[in-house]
Amino acid sequence: MFRFLVRRTLGALVILLIISAVTFWLFYAIPRDPAMMSCGKNCTPDMLKQVRHNLDIDHPVPVQYWYWLKGIFVGRSYGDFGNCSAPCLGYSFANREPVLGTILDRLPLTLSLAFGSAVVFLVFGIGSGMIAAVRQGKWQDKVASSASLVASSLQIYFIGYVAMYFLVAKLGILNNPSYTPLTQNPFEWASGLLLPWLVLALIWTANYTRMTRSQLVETLSEDYVRTARAKGMSSRSVFFRFAWRGAMGPIVTIFGIDLATLIGGAIITESVFSLQGVGRLAVQSVNQSDLPMVLGVTLLSAGAIVVFNIVVDAVYAVIDPRIRLA
Amino acid sequence: MTPPTPSTAAPLEVTDDTATKSTTSDGSKGSESRSPGRLAWRRFKRDRTGVISAYVVIFFFVIAIAAPLIAKLYGKNPYTTYASANPDLLDAFSYPAGPNGGMSSQFWFGIEPQLGRDVFTFLLYGIRTSLGIATAATLLTTVAGVVIGVTAGYLGGRTDYFVSRIIDIVLSFPSTLFFIAFMPVVYGIFVAPDDNIPTSLRAIALILVLSAFGWASIARLLRGQVLGLREREFVEAAKVTGASPMRIVFKELLPNLWTPIIIQSTLLLPAFVTTEAGLAFLGVGIIDPTPDWGVMIQRGAEFYSQDLTFMLFPGISMVVFVVAFNLLGDSVRDALDPKSKR
Repeated sequence: MFRFLVRRTLGALVILLIISAVTFWLFYAIPRDPAMMSCGKNCTPDMLKQVRHNLDIDHPVPVQYWYWLKGIFVGRSYGDFGNCSAPCLGYSFANREPVLGTILDRLPLTLSLAFGSAVVFLVFGIGSGMIAAVRQGKWQDKVASSASLVASSLQIYFIGYVAMYFLVAKLGILNNPSYTPLTQNPFEWASGLLLPWLVLALIWTANYTRMTRSQLVETLSEDYVRTARAKGMSSRSVFFRFAWRGAMGPIVTIFGIDLATLIGGAIITESVFSLQGVGRLAVQSVNQSDLPMVLGVTLLSAGAIVVFNIVVDAVYAVIDPRIRLA
Repeated sequence: MTPPTPSTAAPLEVTDDTATKSTTSDGSKGSESRSPGRLAWRRFKRDRTGVISAYVVIFFFVIAIAAPLIAKLYGKNPYTTYASANPDLLDAFSYPAGPNGGMSSQFWFGIEPQLGRDVFTFLLYGIRTSLGIATAATLLTTVAGVVIGVTAGYLGGRTDYFVSRIIDIVLSFPSTLFFIAFMPVVYGIFVAPDDNIPTSLRAIALILVLSAFGWASIARLLRGQVLGLREREFVEAAKVTGASPMRIVFKELLPNLWTPIIIQSTLLLPAFVTTEAGLAFLGVGIIDPTPDWGVMIQRGAEFYSQDLTFMLFPGISMVVFVVAFNLLGDSVRDALDPKSKR
């Protein structure tokens, strides 16, 4: 297990390194001058030069990339713009703030959105999948299967607005989505995010319903389940002690990937509900050609994906001892 | 092929029995000489859901192709702002004056708030743009994925290792974020920063960017398939008879790969339709005034709380298309690969 973790972590670091380098290089293909934007109106050539120097963008691209990498470990200084201490992911051209601080500011919202909706879609998805598997071929199964088919084809940029129209504007049952930190007021936190949670969950539940159903149908027909039944174990305990556990592996896998995607920024969701999370930050920074910020958000998203991939494989091995981590 | 396991799942398998109307499995294997393609077609024709969804999908493609013709017969186009010629169409707040978004015998699907364009033709042309881009991206992605995957799997060794690492990296890229980040890069390659970007260029850039991130999963799947096929006797036999690698790839390997290729591309197309619309919604894909599914939704989002009707047309038609295409994909998979379980 230890060797597995070390090996995979090293692999993940290599991938992140490559992704950051690719982002860095590709971004310089945009013929827009970030110094110009940072300098603002009434910019004289001397000021522009100074800004370039302060932002460290007067060096060749590989040198800049090296400075950026070095900054993560030793921090860096940006002349008049101030210092950026040890884990320094750079300094935003647009907001004139260190990148890491801005991302950390936006992250609680994105995490709340991700984990809140994950709870809803896991409970509903696995629940309805179980019912569909146990009642295989009966009406419950048909309803769950067809509902999940339609729900998975819904798009957040459509159904999000429809939900806001009916639930907020017409019926007034829910509040307009807003974010209050959990520590400040848990009730407002939940009520402000309830609508995005439900809408996200509506779309994402379907996957879990289908996956749980097909996995359970398969495990319920395994020999060990039949043996347990034959030895007189009640179907309820067979279901919850053996079959359920056997079916969980693939669900853990897709859950890990989905959670990583959500943490990396539910870009469209945050735009639809006007929430200022990491996803919105990404769109804004792209529009402002704010390379350090884009790079920071990209690393966060890619980092979430590679980390969760490792976690998923490790958890998978714990759930299913047949899988060996080699 | 794996031997069928004696399990309760067995009766679920689709088998072929022409005498009864019921769908059942490879009972006819060897007894009659029918090509796998014909067998799949027979299985597909018997699947009612599949046939109906195929008609729905064909309907969408027909109206997309025939959009200019339909618009001509209907007598309107998606660009004219009808409200400026006829101010009565919009009320004082620039919302459609008539009920239900201004639907009437003249404007079948109503008129757009603010600018007063015709919703029906805008939707038709929007479907045309979206399906065109998604289809092109699907073709390009599939071809690229197949070529790269088959090459890696067939050559093996260092090429395979190298390609597999690239696939790993591409799959770890946060794709939506990269679509957003690199659309400006691709535009920048062709157009000076302050110039207007022509629509055709936007479409080409979208197709390129969608394909650049889409090929990896197909390539990975096909690489795995080829690794398995490469060691099979018929490939050995072909090699012994002196067949060229080209011949082996096209005559021996490819015929065995059609099923996964078709299945993967039926999964890709609806995904590209929704991604393309999502990018337009975020303002980085196709933009107004070019008609597009995503552009319509983005316009609809601006005034959804006052006039939801406008948004319902692109929204519902897209859901119908995606549901139908997914159902069709499931049926195609069942027909081509009767042993697969959903």
